[in-house]
Amino acid sequence: MEQIITCINCPVGCRMQVCVENGEVISVSGNSCNRGVAYARQECVAPMRMVTAVVPVRASRMPVSVKTRAPIPKERIFDCMHALSELSLTAPIHMGDVVCADVCHTGVDVIATKTVE
Amino acid sequence: MEHFNGIPQPVDVLVIGAGPAGMAAAIAAREAGVESLLVLEREPDMGGILRQCIHNGFGLHRFKEELTGPEYAQRDIDRVRELGIEVRCGTTVLSVDANRLVTAVSREHGLTLLKAKAIVLAMGCRERPRGALATPGTRCAGIYSAGTAQKFVNLEGYMPGKRVVILGSGDIGLIMARRMTLQGAQVLACVELMPYSSGLNRNIVQCLHDYGIPLYLSHTVVDIQGRERLSGVTVAQVDERREPVPGTEKHFDCDTLLLSVGLIPENELSRQAGVEISPLTQGAVVDDTLQTSREGIFACGNVLHVHDLVDFVSAESFKAGRAAAAYAMGKRRAGDAIAVRDGQGVRGVVPQRLLRQDAPEAVQLMFRPDAVYENATLRILDGKREVLRQRKRILTPGEMVEVTLKPEHIAALSGGDVTVCIAR
Amino acid sequence: MNQDIIIIGGGVVGCAVARLLSRYAATVAVLEAGSDVAEGASKANSGIVHAGFDAAPGSRKAQLNVRGARMYARLCKEVGAPYAQPGALVLAFTPEDRATVDGLYRQGLANGVEGLRVIERDEVLRLEPNVNPAVLCALLAPTSGLTSPYELTCALADHAAVNGVTFHLETKVQSIRRAEDGYELDTSRGPARCRVVVNCAGSDSGRLHNQLSSRELCIIPRKGEYYLLDHTDAPPFTRTIFQTPTRMGKGVLVSPTVHGNTLLGPTAEDVEDALDVSTTAQGLGQAREAARLTWPQESLRSVITTFAGVRAHEHGGDFVIGSVEGAPGAYEAVGIESPGLSAAPAIAEELAEKIAKDFRLAVKADWRPAPRREKPFYDMSLQERAQAVERDPAYGVLVCRCEQVTEAEVRAAIRRPVGARTIDAVKRRTRAGMGRCQGGFCSPRVLEILAEELHIDPTEVTKCGGASRLLVGIIGQAAQQKEV
Repeated sequence: MEQIITCINCPVGCRMQVCVENGEVISVSGNSCNRGVAYARQECVAPMRMVTAVVPVRASRMPVSVKTRAPIPKERIFDCMHALSELSLTAPIHMGDVVCADVCHTGVDVIATKTVE
Repeated sequence: MEHFNGIPQPVDVLVIGAGPAGMAAAIAAREAGVESLLVLEREPDMGGILRQCIHNGFGLHRFKEELTGPEYAQRDIDRVRELGIEVRCGTTVLSVDANRLVTAVSREHGLTLLKAKAIVLAMGCRERPRGALATPGTRCAGIYSAGTAQKFVNLEGYMPGKRVVILGSGDIGLIMARRMTLQGAQVLACVELMPYSSGLNRNIVQCLHDYGIPLYLSHTVVDIQGRERLSGVTVAQVDERREPVPGTEKHFDCDTLLLSVGLIPENELSRQAGVEISPLTQGAVVDDTLQTSREGIFACGNVLHVHDLVDFVSAESFKAGRAAAAYAMGKRRAGDAIAVRDGQGVRGVVPQRLLRQDAPEAVQLMFRPDAVYENATLRILDGKREVLRQRKRILTPGEMVEVTLKPEHIAALSGGDVTVCIAR
Repeated sequence: MNQDIIIIGGGVVGCAVARLLSRYAATVAVLEAGSDVAEGASKANSGIVHAGFDAAPGSRKAQLNVRGARMYARLCKEVGAPYAQPGALVLAFTPEDRATVDGLYRQGLANGVEGLRVIERDEVLRLEPNVNPAVLCALLAPTSGLTSPYELTCALADHAAVNGVTFHLETKVQSIRRAEDGYELDTSRGPARCRVVVNCAGSDSGRLHNQLSSRELCIIPRKGEYYLLDHTDAPPFTRTIFQTPTRMGKGVLVSPTVHGNTLLGPTAEDVEDALDVSTTAQGLGQAREAARLTWPQESLRSVITTFAGVRAHEHGGDFVIGSVEGAPGAYEAVGIESPGLSAAPAIAEELAEKIAKDFRLAVKADWRPAPRREKPFYDMSLQERAQAVERDPAYGVLVCRCEQVTEAEVRAAIRRPVGARTIDAVKRRTRAGMGRCQGGFCSPRVLEILAEELHIDPTEVTKCGGASRLLVGIIGQAAQQKEV
């Protein structure tokens, strides 16, 4: 079975043809770099995404922006958002601080991407 | 606050704007040895639009890692502080003239006059509003440009709506489709007038496809309903002349319409200074040192032409900062200029002029194709002679093209016009 | 609520009447259905103070237009509203048009309009080089002026308010009936009583009139659609440029505004719903098409917005002003379509004098002048700007970059006697959001200042009252509330 996948690693956005047989990637073409192959293989089997969001900080007018330190499985995005909506943070928070460790048991931490004093 | 005495404060290099462009220009100027350097920023903090771009995808070219907007900005903010560069935030520039006399105002410093040896324009761009589209309908609450909504959500933590239609498929619109979805809103559709998206492919995949948000190409919003708050929009298909096709109307019940219908370089100050503006890029006409038609005034980043990637903004702005530093220190580059022109399929090449000189440096030419081209050839011509030819698998208006003219290419130019064109 | 005088409608006429009645020893209240004064036709019209050659000699429109226009310069100075007198041209392109222009000239003379001249093609093009060179001749009316109708209305309201008039916004009058020694009103905010009622309700004035009088009037809402172009250093026209009038009105004009923008419009279309101020593809197309006759090089590149207004056309075609027939103590200004703005000062004078005379109102000894309006920052010289910031550092914070409106001015607009309560109300008073980005940059900041000044949550701030909130929720509010 052939699938068309647009690579999201960089803005070139290569349109790749991926041949999958019995749940295994047989071949990838149309990529312009090796990262494309890796992405295509991952995307066909278990797509992963970074999640970015904001979380309110008590007694601060501005929320803090956060991200998952690494991509998490795509189907866990909304679980992750739910976990973030339950957070209650207090300043100061520094860029890089872990605001939610091992979010939804994905093994990935959510960290602050800005500093709120 | 100093008492206003009407005497301009001298400064060697003045940078207007402390977004990614302004910060990079200032860093480059200081690194090139400029002591008397001042950056003016109207917002209360440095970082520009990156402050509200909390998504990832920045810095792959420059830092070889994937950062969010605030993280990318912080690297430059840290460097600006490390170099001890004076930045006045909360300061709005009111006017700039051709002699580089600048008036600015702030709560802290009051009204200030500055006289700069060199100026770097780095004011960024603004979003095209609904009014400019003349979309018929009511003028109710619930219609926002995507960037305004982004500011509400990401900087202030407010939701501007629950059921959303997005007009235009610019990157900010796509990013906001995902952002609103993640925060619990329902994004019903993304509607694009053109037969192709003006956003990056990756954003169509990870912001629309991932969440099952339909993208209607060759469609537009033909009516806006709601007396107080938006209650719905009507969308219709458009023909080749971009006119709505009767009978194709679809209605969406929604409380929010986000507009992502183009960015406009913010050149009001540049115009005041008499800087020539290109009708194509809506930014200054510049030479390969990023100098505008006014001597000693340089432009970089989105005020020059709207970029897709901040990495390229930074690269361009380092160059502008170095050139402004050189100008302020009396090392002016002069020489005959070679015009660079848009040929077939090309819109808005920057720079528009190349200075002839003894030891040329490589120059990046940037432009957007006027349509989608697959398996096309990009050609650079010196009169009729081909200087450079590159095969391109895909060229789309949503992605800026960069071609490098090497020093040897430039050295060999005849002095006549250079044309950039796309051949199918 | 129990008042000596209730004025229904806070448009330019209602506010002008309120201002003049505030000179007398009487309690006066203005009831306005909208969330601000000037929310109806007064905010969405051409802003032109017509010279007075359009209306038939002897009509109320003709008399009051000419009289009102002569009062404008002084009135605007007194209350602090912008006014300019650039003059106007009515263009003729055909021999029939020429006959019309000659007719307007004679009509203008009969109405007492000063300075009218019919000028030939060369002079037209010398005065206004962007006019279609196919022009044959034109009527030149040097006394034609410009104002900002909503700023004027706000200024009139402020002047009335400092002299004791109370303004009740979002208060719609549902019904009105005779009572012993006056009138009883049912409003959306409860009952009200008064001795004197003045109906200045614009497009709603016909309905109220018909509750008071057996001599029915019929108001036909007539919609007009406009384009507004950005201001530039070199606007295409320095005068208001009309084409010859049609059965439906003065036709499509191209005019500078008092702030240096260019206005194209209006169309004229009778509509069912007086509150329908939506623009339509057809209407905008017509406005544009018609404007091309005046301005063939028309460039809509700098369009910053489109809008529509509804004027209250009375079936008889003239203003209906004075006592309501068969209803002693009730007065009215009905059918106030163009030249209503121009005539407003004269309409107000006539009504106020009549009411004062009929009820033998005594003049107050201490009528206060209009509150001083600071010069807008965008109009200040360098020195004035420097002084302003030294006096109040909030002048150093630009909220609206397109129109150069400062935080000090936004706060002042909210603190004015009839202060701004909504984003649109701030916009009308300060111009924040009137520019090319249409509030993209400044609306979050204006919202924040409104919330601060009014001591309300940012989510309660509206664009124009009612359900027009800008924000619908707070991110992560669930978690925060759980803790409280």
